[in-house]
Parts: sequence; C-alpha cells; structure tokens
Amino acid sequence: MIINVEVADPYSVGNIAAILSEIASRLGTLADGGETSLIDLKSLPLSSGEYEHLRFTLGRGEVTASLDAIGMSEIVETQFSGVWWITHYNDQGDIVADLIEIATIPNILLSQPEDMRTGLALLHAIISRPASSHD
Amino acid sequence: MADHDSLEHRLAEQGISRRAFLKFCAAMASLMALPPGSAVAIAAALAKAKRPSVIWLSFQECTGCTESLTRSHSPTLESLIFDMISLDYHHTLQAASGFAAEKSRDDAMQAYYGKYLLLVDGSIPTKDGGVYSTIAGRSNLDLLHEAAKGAAAIVAVGTCAAFGGIPMAKPNPTGAVAVSDLIKDKPIINISGCPPIPAVITGVLAHYLTFGELPALDELGRPKAFYGETIHDHCYRRPFYDQGKFAKTFDDEGARNGWCLYELGCKGPTTHNACATTKWNGGAGFPIEAGHGCLGCSEPNFWDAGSFYAPLPAPSADVTTIAEVAAVTGAAAAVALSALDRAKKKRAQQAHEKLTVKDL
Repeated sequence: MIINVEVADPYSVGNIAAILSEIASRLGTLADGGETSLIDLKSLPLSSGEYEHLRFTLGRGEVTASLDAIGMSEIVETQFSGVWWITHYNDQGDIVADLIEIATIPNILLSQPEDMRTGLALLHAIISRPASSHD
Repeated sequence: MADHDSLEHRLAEQGISRRAFLKFCAAMASLMALPPGSAVAIAAALAKAKRPSVIWLSFQECTGCTESLTRSHSPTLESLIFDMISLDYHHTLQAASGFAAEKSRDDAMQAYYGKYLLLVDGSIPTKDGGVYSTIAGRSNLDLLHEAAKGAAAIVAVGTCAAFGGIPMAKPNPTGAVAVSDLIKDKPIINISGCPPIPAVITGVLAHYLTFGELPALDELGRPKAFYGETIHDHCYRRPFYDQGKFAKTFDDEGARNGWCLYELGCKGPTTHNACATTKWNGGAGFPIEAGHGCLGCSEPNFWDAGSFYAPLPAPSADVTTIAEVAAVTGAAAAVALSALDRAKKKRAQQAHEKLTVKDL
C-alpha cells in the first residue's frame, strides 16, 4: 500500500529523492541475491527538515532491536523489508553513527565469535566449579 | 599465544565486547568519512595495531586545543582512542613535573626515535632567537627542531601550529610562525581551527592507527575528509542563500527567521571545516546555528582577513557556475546546486586515496 503524504518542506534541497533511489537500487541488488550495503547518513548534506522527511518516508516496520554497548543503539527495520535504520549513540546519548543498512539482518546484531569464545570459557568455569560453591 | 599488549586484549580486559568494538569502528568509519562498510576492516586493523608513542608539545598557545580535545562529547569512544596511544609527554595533562617531565619526553624520543608521532599546538616565536616562549629554559624553536628530528610525522593541532594563528596576527611582535614554516623534511598534517573540532583530532589519530599512514591532505596540508568542503556547502541555512533571503542586522526579521548570515560577514563560503556536519558541544550546534556567522578560524590569516562583520567581497565564485548549470539543464538553481555538491562530494571521495608516510 502506498500512502501519499504531502509534506510542506521549505528546507528541502532535493536530496531525499536521490537517497531513496539509491536505497531502491541497493535493495534490488539484495533482493536478487546480491550483496549487503551501507549508507552513512552523517556524510550526506541533509537539512533537519529533510532528515525528518526521510525518517517519515522510510517509517518503521516489524522489527526493532536495541543494543547496549558503550551507549545504546537503535536498530529498526523500516517499512521496507531489508532496509534497516541503525542509530548508534554514545553514553551521553549523542549520535555517533547514523546508518542505513540494506541487509537481511544487520551485521551488528550477529553474535561475534570472540564474544562466544569468552562466554564459552565462562560457562565452562561455572560448570566445573565445585558443587559446594553453588549454594 | 595472545598478545597481551594488543588492543583486542586490553578491550577484553575492560569487558568491552567485540560487538561494542564493532560499533566503535562504525562510529570511527563515519567520523573519518570512510565508506561505512569499512568498519569490519578497521576493526581487524585496530585489533592488531601497535600502540604508538605520542609526544605533544605546547608552544605559543592558549590551551584551547587541549580543552577542546579533553571536553570532546563522546568521552567513552574518544578515550578508547587514548587507550590506543601512549601519550608520553603533554605538559598540561601529565602527572610528572619539573625534571621528571622533561626526562619522560627525552626518554620517549630516544626509545621511539623515528617512530613517534609529534603533536604540536601553538605557533613558534622566532624573533630575537625565539626568546618569547620557553619551557624549562629552552626556546620553543629549539624544542621543536629537536623533537621533529625523530618524529615519524608531525600533527599541527590548531590554527596557531598550522598557520601561525593569533600570535602571528599583525603586528606579530614575537615573529610567530607555523610548524610548516620551520620543518621541511617531515610529513606534516594540519588540523586547523580555533580550536579544531575534537572529533577531527581523534579521527586523524584513528586513521593513523588503523592504516599506519596519514589520510589524504588538501593543498594546505589538512585532511580532506574533514576540510574537503566549506561550511557553506553543508550549512542548513544554505537554502536561504539560494533564495536570496539574508539577515541584514542581528535583530531584524531575517535574523529571527534564521535566514542566511552572508551579509553579516559570515565566512562560511570560504572556510573549509566540518562544523556544519560534525557540530560542537555534543552535537548541539555550531556558530551559525547560534545566530552568528562563521569567523573562518580554520583558514590561514583569519584574524587579519578584515572585519568578522564585513560581508565577503564577492559572492561565492560557485554562483556563476550554478547559474550556467541551471541555464543548461533548465533545473532550478537549488537543484543544480545540490547536483554540484554531489559531484564535488564524489570527487572528494574519489580523491580520498590514502597517502602513506613514505609518499609524503
């Protein structure tokens, strides 16, 4: 379903259409079994009006995840499946990275081998602990 | 066997997960204006990175550059960078004082000869044998020449070190000069600004750590990733400039409506820096967002470039080109402008090739 929304935007300098086309092209690639990709929103000249416009256009889809690692991160699948909006915050709540990832699942959500090994060692330590210490 | 001095090990000791590290690398990639997909490559390189020795010398300066860096808005992320370097001398930040302080610098210079990174803030007075600024009885001039000899590269932090800055402003009573006026045989990277954006300082350090080389520089020795475009290119008031809507005084209707500050002397069109995108004070804003024009502090001789409140002599040279493009394509000027910006951005990205220390 396509909802047409008129947004009066005196700030627009015409970047939104270009970004949407870029996203569409990359989503097409992914849908055809191609590679995942990323767009760095901080590197693009967006007025605050355009930024909101882009958020509004992409919307929110079925999946939202949050990550708590040196500050929060919000990972939202937009209304377009395969198009994710990832916002990384630091401890103070400032945005340190703002990305659009075109992927079946964003890379940052995957469990990392290094962390799994650390967890495994901890798990083994707990298992091998003498029963008396479990009280 | 695990390398206990590697960054990977030190992060694990602090309980920082690999995922958190990847997030940090994503922030670094964004900061350094590298392709966003390079976070994984950055993580791999940083995990193996050796901790370089850094010597920071402060000369004829106000300590604003150090203030900027230590008050940067994302201390957790930035402090990670500081875990990655060994800051062996910084006379404002170090605990040691007196002879012990000077000895720690001499020891580091000897131990890491040819490998350390030399950071300098402040200009260097040359008049009367450099007598106008001394540390422990030695002139800045002497200290710089000595420290530069064994440096792998020099980072001139702030407009004073990069271009002479305020100490060099007319009549320049101390004969102040920039680092690059004195040192000719070392790669020098200029991180200008009064003060420079803290994220730019850390971004350059991160780049050096990641790639073991300096980022691509513009003709004034500044990293293109941050100084490749003007304040005007990325200013949120740019549409008003394109529409010809200008504030005429600081309290007229135009000023209240947030119109372009060009006629009030804004130096945005001629100033190369990342303020409009990186912003200041935790991303709260930048001078133009506070209603004041850009002073042009990251450009050479900004203090002597006429009044901060006098409009730039002629409209930005780009305007003619824009009119021509608009005429040819029949597009609205604003759209043409945006197309020009994109073309420029693409060129800047293509030009984002890395230079090795050797190349320089």
